[in-house]
Amino acid sequence: MTDTDPTGSADRSVPTDSLGNPITVPDSDDILVVSAADGSRWELVCGLEVHAELATRTKMFSGAPNRFGDEPNTNIDPVTLGLPGTLPVVNERAVELAATFGCAVGATVQRSVFSRKNYFYPDMPKDFQISQYDQPIVIDGTLELPSGHVVGIERAHLEEDTGKSTHVGGDGRIHGADHSLVDYNRAGVPLLEIVSRPHVRSAEQARAYVSELRSILVACGISDGKMEEGSMRVDANVSVRPEGSDEIRTRCEIKNVNSLRSLGRAIEYEATRQADLHASGDRVVQETRHWNEADGRTSTMRSKEEADDYRYFPEPDLVPIDLGAERVAAIAATLPLLPAARRARLAEVTGEARTAESVVVVVERGQDDQALAALAWTTHLASESEGGPHAGEPDVAGRFMAEVVEPLAIAVAPAPKPNAPSPDSSAPAESSADPSAASAASVARWVLTDEGLAAAREASDAAKARVLVHVTQNLGAEGGADLSPLRLAELVAMEVAGELTATQAKQVLAELVDDPAATAGSVATAKGFEAMDTGALEAQVDAIIAANPSEWEQFRTGDPKVRGKLTGFFVGQVMKATKGQADGKQVTALLQSKAT
Amino acid sequence: MSVRITRDDVAHVATLARLSLADDELDTFTAQLAAVLEHAEDVAALDLADVPPTSHPVPLVNVLRPDVPGPTLSPEDALAAAPQAEDGRFRVPTILGEAP
Repeated sequence: MTDTDPTGSADRSVPTDSLGNPITVPDSDDILVVSAADGSRWELVCGLEVHAELATRTKMFSGAPNRFGDEPNTNIDPVTLGLPGTLPVVNERAVELAATFGCAVGATVQRSVFSRKNYFYPDMPKDFQISQYDQPIVIDGTLELPSGHVVGIERAHLEEDTGKSTHVGGDGRIHGADHSLVDYNRAGVPLLEIVSRPHVRSAEQARAYVSELRSILVACGISDGKMEEGSMRVDANVSVRPEGSDEIRTRCEIKNVNSLRSLGRAIEYEATRQADLHASGDRVVQETRHWNEADGRTSTMRSKEEADDYRYFPEPDLVPIDLGAERVAAIAATLPLLPAARRARLAEVTGEARTAESVVVVVERGQDDQALAALAWTTHLASESEGGPHAGEPDVAGRFMAEVVEPLAIAVAPAPKPNAPSPDSSAPAESSADPSAASAASVARWVLTDEGLAAAREASDAAKARVLVHVTQNLGAEGGADLSPLRLAELVAMEVAGELTATQAKQVLAELVDDPAATAGSVATAKGFEAMDTGALEAQVDAIIAANPSEWEQFRTGDPKVRGKLTGFFVGQVMKATKGQADGKQVTALLQSKAT
Repeated sequence: MSVRITRDDVAHVATLARLSLADDELDTFTAQLAAVLEHAEDVAALDLADVPPTSHPVPLVNVLRPDVPGPTLSPEDALAAAPQAEDGRFRVPTILGEAP
C-alpha cells in the first residue's frame, strides 16, 4: 500500500525492511572490500537469518516430543502429520523462550500473530508452515559483538521446523534422485527465526555474530545451539556496493551454510561473484543460492520470482499471543549474566582487555566460571601457604570460604600436596576433599558472589595468566570443561611457585582431566617432575653457552630479531640437556641477564 | 488503488495452488475474483484510520498449552495411511527442486 508512486521505480524508493522501517547500514573499521576482475572495489553489506530450534520438551503446536536423533517417525502425532480434524495449540514454553531472547537482546516483545506460509513440499505434510509474518513476537533489538561492533536485530519470530528428507539414488542429491523418504520427527519442532539488520560488514563479523548469538541462546537455555546437529542454521543475505557509497543493491540469500567456517567462505565467495557481475554491467538477480562446501561456490537454487510467493494470511486456528508488560518484565528479571557482561567480568578480574582472545574464547566456551573459581581457589591456597587458612589482608579468602563456600557444601579442604610438608596429613581430606563433588551450579553461584570475585581478583598476575592459558589452550577438549576449579588451582599454584614448568604443567593437566582421582601433586610426583633449583639451572645455561660460542656471540651482539631467534635455540638446548625440566621463561631471563 | 485483476494473475495464483485450469475456467474465475475484489474495494473506500485490523473474529489471546509430552503415534500407525512407505519413512516421488 505504500508503493503508490506510479512513476517511481523500485530502485529509487527508500529501501525498507520487512516491517517497513528504512534500511540503514552502519560504518565499521572492519569492512570486507573485494576487487572485481576489472579492479573496481566493492564493499560488503550482509544480514543474517539464524534459525534456532528451541529447547522445549515438546513441539510448537502439539505434545509430540522434541527430541533429536530418535528412530524415524517415532516423535509424531496427528497434529504433526496434519491429519484432518487436528488443531494446533501453542506451546507456552516456546513463547517464553522467544520472549527471553527478546529481553536478552534488548528488543521489544510485542503482541504477535501467527500466519500460514503456503507452499507445496513434502517436508510439511499440511502443505503450509505456521509462522509469524507481519506481527512477529520480537522486534528491534541489538547485539554487540566482542569487538564492540553493534548489529541490529530486526525481528525474531516463532515458527515450526520441517521434516527431514533423504534422497534415494542419484548419489543422495536431490537432482537425479529416484525418490525421497521423509521423517517427520523434526516437523513441528519450535523454531525461532532471528533476522539481523544488514549490519554485518565482514566475514569475521558474520562469524562473531553467529558465535555471540549462540552464546546468548545457550546461556539463557533458549536453544542448545548445535550447528552440527542442525539445531542452529544460518542463511546469509549478501549484497555489495561500490566502496564508500551508501547504496543498497540487490541481495542474494545463501543457504546450506553449516559451520562458522563455511559462513565466512560463502560470504567472501558471493561478494566477489556479485562484484564481478556489477563490474561487467550484468545484473545481480535476487535469488536463493546454495553454498556448495566441496566446490567453494554458490549456485542458483531458485529465483525469487519462481517460488517466493507464499500467500501469507493470518492462521485462523490460533489466536494472538500477548504476554503483557508485566510478564515480559518478569522474564527479563530471570535472565542470567549474558556473555558480554561475563566478558566484562572476566576482563575486570584478570586485568585483560574485554576483546582479548583469551577472554572471548573462555566466555564463548562457557568456561569463565571455571576460570574465575580456579583463581579464587588460587588465592585461598596462597593465603594458606602463608601460614594459616585465613592469613592475609584483606581476608577475602577466609571470608568467602566461611560465608559462601562452606554453606554451599563445596569441599573446602584442598587435597594434600605430596610435594609440600603436610602438617595435618591425618585430616580426613581423602573423602571430604573430593572437589568434583561440587556441582557446577554451586560453583557458578559461588563465583557470582562478591566474595568469590574478590578472591579471584586477589590472585597473582602469574596465576591469572596461567589460568587463562590453561582454560583457552589445554582445557578445550573433551572433559576439560569439567575439571574442577580446585584441581586446576592446585596445579597453577605449583606452577606459580616454580615447582612445575609450563611444559610439565600441561602434561599434568592432561592427567588431571583423564583421572578424576589424581591431584596435581600426585601426578607431578609420579612423573618425577621436581623443581630445578636456580643454581643447577644456571650451571646448565653456562654449559650450553660455553659449548656454542659463535651462537652466543651473535646472541650477545645481535639485534632483537636475531636475539629472538637464538633465544629459541638456547632454550631448546637447555631443555634437551635437562630433559624438559627447565622453565623456559627462567632460561630466557638468565640468557638476557648474562648477555648484558 | 484500483487495479483490475488480470487473467495472468489468476493463472499465476492457480499455479501456486497447483490447480490446473482450462482457458474457459480462467475467464470464469478472472471475472468472479474481480467481483470479490471490487467488493473489498468498497470497504477500502471508507475512512478506517482509527480502526485496528482484525486478524481474528474472537477477542481471545494466549490460548496456550503447557510444555508436557503427550501421546504419539506408533510408526506403524503413522505410516499406515501413507501411499508408500520405506525404511520407516514416508516415500514420496522425486522432488523437483530444493526446499523453499
